[in-house]
Amino acid sequence: MTYLAKSLANGGRELIAFRMGNQEFCVNVMSVREIRGWTPATPMPHAPQYVLGVINLRGAVLPIIDLSARLGMAPAEPTVRHVIIVTQVKNRLVGLLVEAVSDILTIKDEDIQPTPDMTSEFERTFARGILAIEGRMICLIELEAVFPHYESEAA
Amino acid sequence: MDMNEIKEIFFQECEEQLAELESGLLRLNDGDRDPETVNAVFRAVHSIKGGAGAFGLDDLVSFAHVFETTLDCVRSNKLEPNQDVLKVMLKSADVLADLTNVARDGGSVDQARSAQLIRELEALAKGEAPPAAAPVAAAPKAVAAPVAPAPVSNDEGFVPVAFSFDDFGDEDEAVADLPSYEIVFKPKSELYTKGNEATLLLRDLSRLGEMSIHCNMDGLPSLDQMDPEAAYFSWKVSIKTDKGEDAIRSVFEFAEWDCDLEVTAHETGEASEAVADDLPMQPVPFDLSALDDEPDAPLGVVEEEEQIAAVQEAVAAAEAASNVVQMAASASRAPAADKGAAAAAAQNNAQQASSAAAPTIRVDLDRVDRLINLVGELVINQAMLSQSVIENDSNGVSSINMGLEELQQLTREIQDSVMAIRAQPVKPVFQRMARTVREIADITGKSVRLVTEGENTEVDKTVIDKLAEPLTHMIRNAVDHGLEMPEKRIAAGKNAEGTVKLTAKHRSGRIVIELSDDGAGINREKVRQKAIDNDLIAADANLSDEEIDNLIFHAGFSTADKVSDLSGRGVGMDVVKRSIQALGGRINISSKPGHGSVFTMSLPLTLAVLDGMVVTVAGQTLVVPLTAIVETLQPDAAAIHSFGATQRLISIRNSFCPLVDVGRILNFRATQANPVEGVALLVESEGGGQRALMVDAIQGQRQVVIKSLEANYTHVPGIAAATILGDGRVALILDVDAVVAASRGQSLQHETSLAAAG
Repeated sequence: MTYLAKSLANGGRELIAFRMGNQEFCVNVMSVREIRGWTPATPMPHAPQYVLGVINLRGAVLPIIDLSARLGMAPAEPTVRHVIIVTQVKNRLVGLLVEAVSDILTIKDEDIQPTPDMTSEFERTFARGILAIEGRMICLIELEAVFPHYESEAA
Repeated sequence: MDMNEIKEIFFQECEEQLAELESGLLRLNDGDRDPETVNAVFRAVHSIKGGAGAFGLDDLVSFAHVFETTLDCVRSNKLEPNQDVLKVMLKSADVLADLTNVARDGGSVDQARSAQLIRELEALAKGEAPPAAAPVAAAPKAVAAPVAPAPVSNDEGFVPVAFSFDDFGDEDEAVADLPSYEIVFKPKSELYTKGNEATLLLRDLSRLGEMSIHCNMDGLPSLDQMDPEAAYFSWKVSIKTDKGEDAIRSVFEFAEWDCDLEVTAHETGEASEAVADDLPMQPVPFDLSALDDEPDAPLGVVEEEEQIAAVQEAVAAAEAASNVVQMAASASRAPAADKGAAAAAAQNNAQQASSAAAPTIRVDLDRVDRLINLVGELVINQAMLSQSVIENDSNGVSSINMGLEELQQLTREIQDSVMAIRAQPVKPVFQRMARTVREIADITGKSVRLVTEGENTEVDKTVIDKLAEPLTHMIRNAVDHGLEMPEKRIAAGKNAEGTVKLTAKHRSGRIVIELSDDGAGINREKVRQKAIDNDLIAADANLSDEEIDNLIFHAGFSTADKVSDLSGRGVGMDVVKRSIQALGGRINISSKPGHGSVFTMSLPLTLAVLDGMVVTVAGQTLVVPLTAIVETLQPDAAAIHSFGATQRLISIRNSFCPLVDVGRILNFRATQANPVEGVALLVESEGGGQRALMVDAIQGQRQVVIKSLEANYTHVPGIAAATILGDGRVALILDVDAVVAASRGQSLQHETSLAAAG
């Protein structure tokens, strides 16, 4: 509720935009804990392809997700220039591997356009809407929809 | 802070008091006759009673009351604390602990047992020998009886007994036929600092019967010498009551250490006059009703009043004492005085606590764990920093290097001290064992003495918590199976009283707990026969003594001729062994026929770290818990035998053992590796079966800090946990049991929810 109150007071909300492939995406800044450079992850046995492994985040074991692969796009080939966005989904931390962080956006709720009908069911589950900023198209991602199992496990 | 929290604190304190009580009683049992020990025991019971009273835990109060009464006899040297007396008291301490647990967690206690003990305690208090066990049927009545004395004084209802100048002198006619008592009550200043108030005590006293009070103010120094927090007044009270001396004393029950109290009984009738004659100064009678609710009621004091009023400012803390006079003057100052008294009481409590033991604080375990985590990270970070400095600095003598070395020492020290926070002495567990021994000795009719050593050895709290169960089991076994009956012991030339010895010590970074008994030792012939009967070994197997001894750790093994209540149901030592192994520990037995057995357990100091073997599998670094590994070997091609389509066996000293490729099981590689190029780890798993785990190479052996995978990810089959190595990377800790199970054909389940989501 505090966030809602804040965004109402400021007349907007803040989003972090990042690039994967040639597309831009953004997530709510409130769910981002930190952004750090890519470090090689320790692969996990029996993990889905988009789980790159785990890294050491100041003593905690942090799973790294290739967001691009998770969203059904081409798997990323991590380089030192890639970054990990550490996000909190429910009460867990997840590292999202993306190509680069591009922007911090302050937008109003009415700037968010609904996801067009033409997209497939899969995209619509995680795309909360799209934004048109300076001629670019940025897709707003709903993290809880990307990792729905966290929800069910918490319940 | 709500009531439940306060109650929780009370129960925590109860635990401490109970531990104090038990250790005090055990000291007495060992012949310690230090009055301070008796006092400590008495205080423990008294505190429990006091707290329980505040929460209305009547069962606890009534039992504690009887216990306390008997302890009081010991304290006042009316009762010699010999072995028999202490036996009853130790049992009472157990019941008190049970009652406390019931009060906290619900459930029920063995009423017959506590009733029996109440009778025994009462008998002791009256100077009799403990009675033999009486029929259980009489029990409920006996429970009720001891409760009576304490509440009586309150149940009577308050009948104000007004005094006035007119009445004065006549009172002995009114109640002339009642016994009268003279009470000299001289509070010490501690009484007030603890929040007690003389006025209230006197008012309670007045409920017992008709009384007259004289305040002795002789002790009051002149204003410049007065200590505002000291107590200067004393009271002389004569009271006529049929409730008896006990009722009078019970009024002062919670204050008796902080005042001088004399209660003397007088012959009927003559009493008051005698009192009046004895008084050194003019009696100052007053209207008792003034104490109740009329602060401005005129008091009977005339001459003194001015003087008193003059010194009132200085008497701030002693105000409560002079309340009788005070009330007339200042009702408004009362809150201030209360505050002062409360503050003083708090301070006093703090002082008491610190004088009783080293000061401690209660800290949430989560906070400590977080600190430990962060410090662990600090150590790794520091190591990484040193590494990169060394790589970039070829001459290696720069001041950065010096600073780093100091940093390294500091971080190590911090890590050690932080780990020490979680460490607790094993004493509480050992004390619980004392109780177990007593109970089993009772049931089996054996005479047993438990000797403990090294109870201050510290080990991680989680280890302590998980230690109690296997230890209880082993103690039961030691008393039930290990020790012989007294007659047998005497026949064997031993002391009729058996000894069970429990020791704890630190040895090379682990805690070693030894449990030894001086019983008959393991009957190897019997064990062997039993093992043959149960098809555990072949009839003609040639086993060493040690191997036979270790047979008792097999599942479903019990040599007791008859199954007793306590042990021998065949869920004995194998369960013990398994729980010790689950703690990352090992257990050994050595036995000498006729001289007893020794069980030695070696446990890690903490569950947060683990001794592991760092290995490489398919380019990945894995950690295998060292406790699981029996031996490591380099297989040669001749020892590898194919078995069926995909299975391979390795022959080790003429026995065949399935070979498990860890990399294949964990899906790190698609095809099986060539065993000859790797190393085989011979492991023993939960089921007892041995497997040879194939890894590519062994990097070394080290202690690793265990990190949870589940916190941010999910459980991964075949992986127990994760850890962070010196280079800052995460390494996975192998779940040996799961890997072995998987090799039996139960595939590691792909039930990770991430996979399901994808």
